[in-house]
Amino acid sequence: MLLGIVPFGVITGVAMVASGIPPLVAMLMSLVVFAGASMVASAQLLASNAPALLIILTTLIINLRFMMYSASLRLHFAHAPLKHRLAIAYLTADNVYGLVLGRFAEHPEDPGKLEYFMGAGLVVWAAWQVAVLGGVLIGAGVPAQWRLEFAAPLAFIAISIPFLRDRATIAAALAAGAAVVLASDLPFRLEIVAAAVTGIAVGLFVGKRQ
Amino acid sequence: MTLWLTLLGMAGVTFALRAAFLVLPPGMELPALLKRAVRYVPPAVLTAIWAPEVLVQNEQLPAGAVAIAVAWRWRMTFATIVAGLLALHFFAWLT
Repeated sequence: MLLGIVPFGVITGVAMVASGIPPLVAMLMSLVVFAGASMVASAQLLASNAPALLIILTTLIINLRFMMYSASLRLHFAHAPLKHRLAIAYLTADNVYGLVLGRFAEHPEDPGKLEYFMGAGLVVWAAWQVAVLGGVLIGAGVPAQWRLEFAAPLAFIAISIPFLRDRATIAAALAAGAAVVLASDLPFRLEIVAAAVTGIAVGLFVGKRQ
Repeated sequence: MTLWLTLLGMAGVTFALRAAFLVLPPGMELPALLKRAVRYVPPAVLTAIWAPEVLVQNEQLPAGAVAIAVAWRWRMTFATIVAGLLALHFFAWLT
């Protein structure tokens, strides 16, 4: 699991600094937001002086999936104390969610679920922050001909594929991919919003017919 | 000033999304349409993030196809990144 998060963190750090935001801002963003995809997109928007509301809207759309994670984590932690639920919320990254839910699927009655989530979450969090710091410090020092920037979409391919479980989820992904390319002329990455709406609508439609 | 507000806003919406259903009272039911729709959020949004970088002409497209195949078969982030980058350089060298 750490084998996946460390290179992704390093690349996120490199990509944020390469898009033109100061290293300190990049690191601060990593600490308060802790969500790689939205950070790379926001760094590009920040560097191109996009309006603050638009950057926040883009963050909202890209991170919408966390709402789904919170709905499924609720099944396991609805009765935990509020401060623990808030800590769980802050630590819910793609990797943590995948790791923990995989384990819960195998051991549904495990009494140590909370400890397991916190342990996995803190390890991934720490590894991620160190990796981003490394990437921010390396910054523009990576030779451009290595084309490391392509590692960011590759990491998202790896995260997205496990969600393709049936015809409806595959249809949602295909529709979103087509929409994002067709809408690529929209300003400020609004094509991601258009693609998200299209993909969810097509998923619901195909899911209903199954 | 705007920068700090932007960071604060980003952190705020991200945390709110992550906490959304966790902070609701234990007995509360979620709306049916929302329950059905949230399933399609990750495949739609995550695909929309990588598709523009991969669905272009030149070596990105075959390299993306290799990465998708590796991700599908082995489900490992690190292997997917390494295979995709190697494929990118291989297809660039071919053309």
